[in-house]
Amino acid sequence: MRDMIVISVLSLISIIAAIYAVKANKLVNAIVASGVISLIASIVFLMIGAPDVAMTEASIGSGLTTVIFLYALKQIKADKEDKND
Amino acid sequence: MIKNLLIIIALVGMVIITIPLVREYQTPKVISGVAQDYVELSASKLNIPNTITAIVVTFRGLDTLGEVTVLFLATAGVGFLLKSKNTKKTKKRAGSEILKTGSAILTPMILVLGVYIFTHGHLTPGGGFQGGVVIASAFLLQIMAHEDFKFSHHLIHFTESISGFSYVMIGLAGLVILGFNHFLDPRWLELGKWGSLFSAGAVPIIYSLVGIKVGAEMSSLLNSLKEDGGDE
Repeated sequence: MRDMIVISVLSLISIIAAIYAVKANKLVNAIVASGVISLIASIVFLMIGAPDVAMTEASIGSGLTTVIFLYALKQIKADKEDKND
Repeated sequence: MIKNLLIIIALVGMVIITIPLVREYQTPKVISGVAQDYVELSASKLNIPNTITAIVVTFRGLDTLGEVTVLFLATAGVGFLLKSKNTKKTKKRAGSEILKTGSAILTPMILVLGVYIFTHGHLTPGGGFQGGVVIASAFLLQIMAHEDFKFSHHLIHFTESISGFSYVMIGLAGLVILGFNHFLDPRWLELGKWGSLFSAGAVPIIYSLVGIKVGAEMSSLLNSLKEDGGDE
């Protein structure tokens, strides 16, 4: 029962983060919010007894994907500055 | 206004569609069918405590080989796309003192953790993919801390090719030694003692190779993204 409550609260946070990721004005905030969703998903996976999937989600979903998105965003910004010159 | 209304209507519709699924769902109390076989055979035939690894490396070994291939193609695609751009050198900011000191302490620890995860894939949760990504995150820390940090592209591509090649060779060794229908069968090596590091046939070797391959691919991906095209 306690697990159920914790999972519900975490799911609620991840839904809020998802809405924020869509509505955010700055893309950096949206990327970080999508990282938060992956982190919460990995906690939920761990709680329902899937440590293998939780490790994958934590390392790839919230770690590497966020960094790659940030690098891609940087590249897009560099491209835009090139065009303005 | 009308757009938001349509979005809300679509979301409510999806909730209504999925309500019966959620209401009828019950956590299964007994495992059935093919899952039963996986659980029994991974312990009795393959000597692997971690059933997930038994499924990923052995029963569904061909899928893992395909996954590794897909990852290789994706990394090669990213490298190709970024390489065709003009390689203008942008000035890079140096990492802060805290980041430099912290990365000096943390990088060896993260590397050891990554190696631990993929060598113990058959005993504890985790495996080649997770361990490889953890190793790549150690390289990421170095890349972020030192603006002129470089590692040899040739070495990393060589490592990646050798580990991928050895993976297929180990699969073929099962085919040659155990006979037809045994591609990627790890039982051509001794199964060993239950729960020890050198057990479960070729599974630790396969997972170590996958870990090295994924780590090398992810590191080269991060490096080519960071270098703004890269200068090979």
